[in-house]
Amino acid sequence: MTKYRVNKTKYIDQTKTVSFNFDGKSYHGFEGDTLASALLSNGVHLVGRSFKYHRPRGIVSSGCEEPNAICQINEDTDLTEPNVRATEIELYEGLKASSQNCWPSVNFDIGGINNFISPFIPAGFYYKTFMWPKSFWKKIYEPLIRMSAGLGKSPTKPDPELYDHKHVHCDVLIIGGGISGIIASKIAAKNNLKTMLIEDKNVLGGSTIFQKNENYKINNKYSSEWIEEEIAELKKLDNLTIKTRTSLAAYHSYNYLLAKENISDHLPLDKKNGGIRHRLWKIRADKVIVATGAIERPLVFNNNDRPGIMLSNSVKKYLDFYGVSCGFNNAIFTNNDSAYETAVSLKEKGISVKLIDIRKKSNSKIVKNAENLGVKIYWNSTVVNTFGHRKINSIEIMNLSEDGSNVVGDKSRINCDCLAVSGGWTPMVHLHTQSGGKLDFREIDQTFIPNEIDKNHINVGSCNGDFELEDIIKNTNNKIKNFLKVSESDFDSCSVIDSKEFDKRNIWLLPNYISEGKCKSFIDFQNDSTAKDIKLALREGFKSIEHVKRYTTTGMATDQGKLSNMHALGIIADTAGVKMGTLGTTTFRPPFTPLTFGAIVGRSVGKFFDVIRKTSIHEWHIQNGAKFENVGQWKRPWYYPINNETLHDAVQRESKAARDSAGILDASTLGKIDIQGTDASEFLNRVYTNAWSKLGIGKCRYGLMLNEDGMVYDDGVTTRLGENHYLMTTTTGGAANVLSKLEDYLQTEWPELDVYLTSVTDHYSTASICGPNSKKILTKIFPDKDFNDDAFPHMSYQNAKINGINCRIMRISFTGELSYEINIDSKYGMSLWEKCIEAGKEFKITPYGTETMHLLRAEKGFIIVGQDTDGTMTPIDLQMDWIVSKKKYDFIGKRSLYRSDTIREDRKQLVGLLTDDPNEVLEEGAQIVSDINKKPIEMIGHVTSSYFSPNLNKSIALAVVKGGKKMNGQKLIVPMENKNINVTVSNFIFLDKENKRINA
Amino acid sequence: MFLINCPYCGERDQSEFSCGGEAHIVRPKQPTELSDDQWAEYLFMRKNIKGVQFERWNHVHGCRKWFNMVRDTSNDKIHAIYKMGEKPPVE
Repeated sequence: MTKYRVNKTKYIDQTKTVSFNFDGKSYHGFEGDTLASALLSNGVHLVGRSFKYHRPRGIVSSGCEEPNAICQINEDTDLTEPNVRATEIELYEGLKASSQNCWPSVNFDIGGINNFISPFIPAGFYYKTFMWPKSFWKKIYEPLIRMSAGLGKSPTKPDPELYDHKHVHCDVLIIGGGISGIIASKIAAKNNLKTMLIEDKNVLGGSTIFQKNENYKINNKYSSEWIEEEIAELKKLDNLTIKTRTSLAAYHSYNYLLAKENISDHLPLDKKNGGIRHRLWKIRADKVIVATGAIERPLVFNNNDRPGIMLSNSVKKYLDFYGVSCGFNNAIFTNNDSAYETAVSLKEKGISVKLIDIRKKSNSKIVKNAENLGVKIYWNSTVVNTFGHRKINSIEIMNLSEDGSNVVGDKSRINCDCLAVSGGWTPMVHLHTQSGGKLDFREIDQTFIPNEIDKNHINVGSCNGDFELEDIIKNTNNKIKNFLKVSESDFDSCSVIDSKEFDKRNIWLLPNYISEGKCKSFIDFQNDSTAKDIKLALREGFKSIEHVKRYTTTGMATDQGKLSNMHALGIIADTAGVKMGTLGTTTFRPPFTPLTFGAIVGRSVGKFFDVIRKTSIHEWHIQNGAKFENVGQWKRPWYYPINNETLHDAVQRESKAARDSAGILDASTLGKIDIQGTDASEFLNRVYTNAWSKLGIGKCRYGLMLNEDGMVYDDGVTTRLGENHYLMTTTTGGAANVLSKLEDYLQTEWPELDVYLTSVTDHYSTASICGPNSKKILTKIFPDKDFNDDAFPHMSYQNAKINGINCRIMRISFTGELSYEINIDSKYGMSLWEKCIEAGKEFKITPYGTETMHLLRAEKGFIIVGQDTDGTMTPIDLQMDWIVSKKKYDFIGKRSLYRSDTIREDRKQLVGLLTDDPNEVLEEGAQIVSDINKKPIEMIGHVTSSYFSPNLNKSIALAVVKGGKKMNGQKLIVPMENKNINVTVSNFIFLDKENKRINA
Repeated sequence: MFLINCPYCGERDQSEFSCGGEAHIVRPKQPTELSDDQWAEYLFMRKNIKGVQFERWNHVHGCRKWFNMVRDTSNDKIHAIYKMGEKPPVE
C-alpha cells in the first residue's frame, strides 16, 4: 500500500494490484481505481499544463466535470484517444496515459513561458494581434497558431474497434443512479412499469454510497448502509434494466434520448477480444426522470489553480470511496456546510485538517461535529494567495470586511499540502434544458433550478435543487408518486436525520489586497480564463453572456464549462450591476460529455456506410472487367476497358462500335413508374410539358417535367401500355424524387384524379441495344417478330416472349441510333443480357457504360438532366420549345415560363461549342468569356458536357452561354490556367441533324 | 426527434417523415390568369413563424401519405395532425 492509501474501502480491492504507466513512469493502483485515484494514491497531483499559459495543473474533481486531468491514452496504438478525463478512466492492467499540452514534459514545459508574458496575452489577444500585417497571416501567424492549438493527438489510422447502436422503448427512464434515482427506479419498477436506469459510473449510489456520518441517517442506519440495501433490493426487480458505465449524451424532444454505454474501455487491451467498445442506446421513453445530481462549485480567488487545490467533495470521495488521502495536512476553504463533511471524514481518520470559512458562523450539526472533533475553523476569512509551484505548499488568508467586499487585518500564512474548496452546489440542469425545459433562478443559494412544465419529464434530487438528505428523500418520493400516479411507496415512512440549517454566503469573486490586475483568479481552468478577462470583455463592450463566453472562451473547453459557467455569470452580473436571474445562461447543447465518433456512426462504416444498389446483370459487368460509377446508390458500369485501356481509349472504342455496328447498355437503373387509373392521361398532361391524351396505345413519347418554377426537373420516355395504363421512365438519380413529387400533386392538389403510382424500377431489367445492326440482333432473339419499320416503327412498343418469359420491347433511342430496349422481369435480366450478347456476337456487339452513353447523346445534342441542367434552365433556355405545348391550358411550371425573369433574352442558353483546334477537348465546368481584355473579366457561361467524338473525329462540347441562342458562329474564349482556348458557338446537334440513323 | 402520429400508421419516429413546408397553400386553378406578382406570391412566399405553424408532412419511409400538422416551432409541440383535405382545427 502506498503512503496515501490510508483507508480500506469495499470499492477498492486491495488484493488486486494493477500496474499502469503515466508519463513514462510505472505506478501501481488497485482494481476499482480510476486513473485519477491511482495517481493520487501515488502522490501525483501534477497531471497537465493549462491551454494558454501552460501553468501546472492537478486533478480537481472526481467526475465528468474535470477540467485539468485530461490525458492521451495508449499513445502508440491505433486506439489512442485524446482528452480523456483521468477521473473517468477505470484503471486496467497495462494502461498507458500521458499528459497533454506540454513539451518536452509536464514538469518542465517550454510553453510555460506564456505564464510570464501573460499580462500581454489577455482575452481576445489572438483577435487583436494577428490582424496585421495582412501578409503575415498565411506564412507566419497561421502555422504558429495551428502548432500551439488543440489538445492531444488524434489517432491517424482507421478505428479498429466495433461500435453498436441499440433502440429501446421503456415506460420510465431514470437518468442517474444516486439516491434520488434509486428511489425513483424502485417506485417505478415496483409498479409494473418497464423501467430503465442509467448511471455513468460503474457503481450505483452516487455520493450517498460513501456517506457514513452520524449526522446523516435513514431509518436509523448510516445513509451508505441504507442505500446499499436499497440497491441490493433494486437489482432483484424484474422489469428494471440497470445500465452502469452509461452516460446520457443527449435529451431530444418527445423523450428521445441518446446514451453511450462503455462496454470495453475499462478492460485491459488483451481482454477486449475484438468485442464492441461502445454502444449507443437510442431510447424512446414515455416518462423521463432526471436525477443527475449536482456539481460542487469551486471558489474564485488568486492563484486558485495550483496542483493540490481540489473540490471538497472530491477529496471526500477519494478518501471514503477510494481510500486515498489527497494530502496529510489539509486545508478546506468553504462558503457552506457541505465541506464540513469532508473535514469530519478526514479528522476521523486522524488526518490533519483546518477550515477557512467565509461565513461568520454556522450552527448546523455537522459544523458542531467538526468543532467537537477539534477542527480549527477560521471564520469570516478568505484565501488571498496560494504558494507552491508543482504542488501547493501553503496559503495566505485574511479576514473579510463586514459586507464581504474587501479584506481587512493582517495576512497569515498556513501550510498545507492540499486545499479543498467548496463554493456550494450547481444542479446539473443540462439535460432539462436540452429537452427544451426552462430554468428559474433561486436567489437564496444562487442556483438555476428547473422550471417544470412538461408532463412527461421531471427532475428530482439535487439536480432539482434539493441538497439536504431529508428534502431529497421526501420530495423525490412525493414527486415520483405524483408523476407516476402511484398512491404509496416504500419511502413514505422513511425517518431521516440530517444536518439541517443549510446556509451559504455567496461571493463570486473573493476580494484581495492585491490589485485585480495582478490577481490570477481562474474561472475556466482548461481555457485559462480569469475573472480579469471577463471584466475586460465587459469593459470592451461585450454585454451578452453568449458574446462574453466566446470572446474570453470561458466554458468552451472540452469540459464545456461545467465548473466555470456559474462563476462567469456571477461575475458578469456583479460587474454589470444586474440581477443574475435576468442574465440567463449560455445554451447547454448535447452531448453532455464528449461522444466518440465511433459511437455516433455505429456499424455504418466501410461497406455498410451506404446502401449499394446493383442490377441483376451486375455480375456479368464484373466478369467483363467493367469499371463502375456511382449514380445515387446505384453501381453503373462506367466503361469496359480491354487490355489496360485507358478511360479515353475504351470510350472511343465503345462509342465507335455503337454507331458502326451494335452496342449494348444496361439501362435497368432508369427509374420506372407504373401509372394506372382512368385519369392517367390527364395526369400526364398536367405533369409533362407536352400533350399525352392523343398518344396511341402501344406508342412511346419523350416527356419533359418541370418544377413549378419552370425549371427542368426530369425527363424520360413514357409508354402507353393500355387505355388507362402507362409506364414512365425517369432519370436514374431522379427516380425517387419524381415519384415523391407526383404523389405530392396527386394527394394534395388533385385528389379528384383516379391515378395510382407504383415504383417498378427494381422489378424490371433493361437491356438497350443500339446501332445499325441492332435490328438484326433483335430478329435473332425474337425470330417470330416482325421488326420492319412499318410493323414496329420508332417510338412504339410491343410485347414479346423469350423462352416463354414475357417481356416488352420499346423501340426508343437515347443515342440517335436505331435502338431497342428490352424490359424483362429482373429475375431473368441476366439470361436476357447473355442472350443478347450471344446473338450479337457475329456483329461484334460491344457493351458500353455511362461514359460512352454520355458521349453518344452529346453527339446528338440530347441533354442530360443534372449535367446540362442545374435547376436554373427552362426548356426555352435549352432550345426545346418544341416540347412545350402551346395548346394545353396548364401544366406544372407553365405559368413560370413567362415570368419577367424567365423571358429575359440574356439567360444562359444551351449551345454547342467547337474548338478551333479539333483535338483540344474542353474541361467540363470551364468558364466561357467573350472579351478577355475587359477587366474584370465577365463570365458569360460554362461548359456542361465535353468529349472527343470518335464518330466526328473532333472535339465537341455542350455549354450554356448568356444569350447563346443568337450567337451561332460567334468566337468565344475558354480561359484555362495556362492558355486561352478559342472556340466557336455552333448548333448543339453535331451528328445526324436529319435524324436518318434512327431508321437506318 | 419527434414522435409523429401518422393518421394512417400511428406513432412513428421522425426519421420516417419529411417536412413539406407550409400547409394550405392551394395551387391556383387558373395560373395563366395571374399577374407575375400574384404567381410569385404563390410560388415563392412562405411564412417562417416562431410559434404555431401549419405544415405539410409526408410519411416518406412509410405509407407515403401526405398529411397536415399544427406545430409550435418554438417548442416543437405538435398540437394537431389531420389528413389532407380535412379542415384545420380551430385553436
